[in-house]
This record gives sequence, structure tokens and C-alpha cells, in this order.
Amino acid sequence: MNLIIIIVLSVVMVVMAITAIIHKKLAVAVIATGVVSLMASVMYLLMAAPDVAMTEAAIGSGLSTIIFFYVLNKIRKAK
Amino acid sequence: MIKNFFIIAILAGLAAIFVTLFWDFGDSETLTPLATHYATNGATEVGAPNLVTSIVVTYRGFDTLGEVTILFLVASIVSFFLKREKVQKEIAPKRETSEIILTAAKLLVPIVMLLGVYVFINGHLTPGGGFQGGAIIATAFVLLLMANPDFEINHKIIATVESVSGIAFVLIGVLGILLAGGFLDNKVLPLGTFGKIFSAGAIPLIYSFVGLKVGSELSNILSNLQGVQKEEM
Amino acid sequence: MEIIALITGFALILIGLYGILSKKNIIKIIVGFSLFDTGLHVLIVTVGYIKGGTAPILDSVVGTTNVASKIVDPVPQALVLTAIVIGLGVTALMLAYALKMYQAKKSLDISDFKDMKW
Repeated sequence: MNLIIIIVLSVVMVVMAITAIIHKKLAVAVIATGVVSLMASVMYLLMAAPDVAMTEAAIGSGLSTIIFFYVLNKIRKAK
Repeated sequence: MIKNFFIIAILAGLAAIFVTLFWDFGDSETLTPLATHYATNGATEVGAPNLVTSIVVTYRGFDTLGEVTILFLVASIVSFFLKREKVQKEIAPKRETSEIILTAAKLLVPIVMLLGVYVFINGHLTPGGGFQGGAIIATAFVLLLMANPDFEINHKIIATVESVSGIAFVLIGVLGILLAGGFLDNKVLPLGTFGKIFSAGAIPLIYSFVGLKVGSELSNILSNLQGVQKEEM
Repeated sequence: MEIIALITGFALILIGLYGILSKKNIIKIIVGFSLFDTGLHVLIVTVGYIKGGTAPILDSVVGTTNVASKIVDPVPQALVLTAIVIGLGVTALMLAYALKMYQAKKSLDISDFKDMKW
């Protein structure tokens, strides 16, 4: 069961990472990075690392996505 | 294109290194000697059920001190860079925040903050700790900023909380030299019963200060990056 | 299970490095850095995983005797915990620099910044 979940997670992560690099829109790229982080946090949970999973979910996919959007918003306003 | 060729060459070289690393990787069945020492003696030496916490706070407490220092430097550089202009006020008409976010923010902010405090106070018993709790407190500030974009976090309070908890963190470490085995030793306070909330010596105290410090630093970075500012160059 | 996680980590590192090297937009470069970071964390956690081990928390299930045969390696987890928080700090710093560079030249294209090129 765990094997199937981890295969699905890993496929989603790689696809999202490629999307983040090749997509033209910056907002889509930032969201895709957040999805990669969120999937990574589920993967840490399956690898018996709950501390790391909590940190990644709160910081990697929460705060850093928000920081990216704040900066994108500022760049849009400075135009 | 010579540039593309170089990129492909670098990536191919790295991939070759990864393939050799991959063939050398075997499923590990036993812990390394260092981890075995932490696992067998962690309960008696530190007294915290969560071994990751006992490594982060006690065995490798110096790393945590350096990490908190790096966060402090980042917060100060960001606020030095993106200084707010007080004179300039919003020119463009603002969008009204929706009623749902306003009400939800009022209800949720205290609960989210309480969750953050719970996470860092219970850091030695359950998964979690100062960094996670600090990040959760910072998300409460994000919710406040979303509900009210003009909301000004009181920078005096944040600076006070940040410096007081930083000084207290270092002071507990110095007390460890005087009263116990060395810098950041947790046996300043009695170890207590294994698995209770007031146990593991100074770990709950140290992690609470780390949590407050990380929370205030992250909130400071967020409020600096969020603020609408225009500067003349 | 470890092998799949290992491949994912390697793939994320390669994709992130490709983004850093080939993209012109500064925000895209920072996104590539972020992916590189995540891949590295997955890799380090995978190295510490032990087949059939549980989380390194000495609760009532694990007990306090003969712990070393039941848990996974806690040291890489502690290192990754530190690395994630520092990664956020570095990302915030890079974004602040990017914003400042945009305000200076009104452009996010890295090839417009040639002042220091020799």
C-alpha cells in the first residue's frame, strides 16, 4: 500500500517540478513548487519522519509560497 | 549553442555521479554507531521521548543557536532593504476584504496562535517543536494581514519579544556551563518523570524561547515583504 | 520504497539545477533553487530510513528498552529540520534582492544586469 502511495507521490512531484520550470506564468510556477513541497511532506510522513513532515508542510509549502506571492504582487504594483 | 552544450554537460556529469551513488546505496538494516548511542542513552541522558528534539536542542544545541542567528540576520537584512515609507499612502482604490475572511480571521487567529504555542510547548513529547510552532504563529499573522492589508504589526512588541527570547536562550545556555555539564546542557532543571510535560530539564523552556523567536522573526520578514512601499531612487 | 524516494530526490535536484542554469527570469531561478532544496531534503531523509523502522519517538509502543532496533535514524531528520528553516531564510533573502533589482532596472531578465560583467 505504502509503495503505491509513494509511486503516485513521486510521479506527481516530478511532473509538478517540470511544470514549475517550463510554464510561462510565474504564478503557476510558484503554485507548482508549493505542490512539490506538500507532496514531499506526505513522503516524509511515510518515511517515519513526522517532525520533518510538519516543518515542510508549515514552512516549505505554506510560508515560502506566501512570500513568493507577496513579492510577485509587489513587482506587479511597481510596474 | 555553446551555452546549452555546457548546461547539458554539467547535468550529464551530475547524473553520472548520481548513478554511481545509486548503485552503492544499499538498504540499511542497522543504525550508525552515533544514532545507536542517541537511541540507547537518549532517554536517560536527556529524558525527552522525542529523539529528534533531544538532538536538535541538547546534543546539537549549538547548531540551533547558529540557525536562529541566521534567521535573525535574514530578518534584519530584509527589513533594512525594504524599509517602509511612512509619508506615502495608498493611492490606488483598495478592494474590500470579503466578509467571510474578516469573520474567519477574528475567530481563527487566537486558535491558530494557541495551536502554535501547544506545538512548541509539547515539542519534547510529540512531533513538533520551536520551529514548527513559530511557523504556525507566523501563519496566524498572515491571516491577519489577509483580512486587513493595512494592519500594522507593532514592531516594538515584535522586537522586544525577539530580543528577550534570544537573550534568554543564550542565558540558559550559559547557566548550563555554570550548573551542569556544558553549554546548553538541559540538566539545569531536574529531569522529572519521563513522558510528562514538565520533564526533560530545560528543553520545554529552551524550545519555547526558540518558538517565540522564530515566530517573531518570520512575522517580521512577512510584514516587511507584504507592505506596499514606493521609494525614490 | 527507498529506491523510489531516492530517484525522486535525484530527479528534483536535476530539474532544479536545469532551471537555475537555463532560465533567464530571476523568479524562475529562485523557483529552481527551491526545487533543488526540496530534492536535497528528500535525499537526506531517505538515507536515514531503516526498513520497517518507526518514528524516533519513545512512546508506549516503542518503549525504552532495545530502542535501537526499532526506530529510524534521527540524526538526518534533525539536520533536515534545520535545513528547511534556513532554506526559507535564504529564499526570502533572494526574493528581497530580486525585488530590489527590479526596482533598480524595471526588469526581471538576468541578462539586463551587465554592470558588473567583465
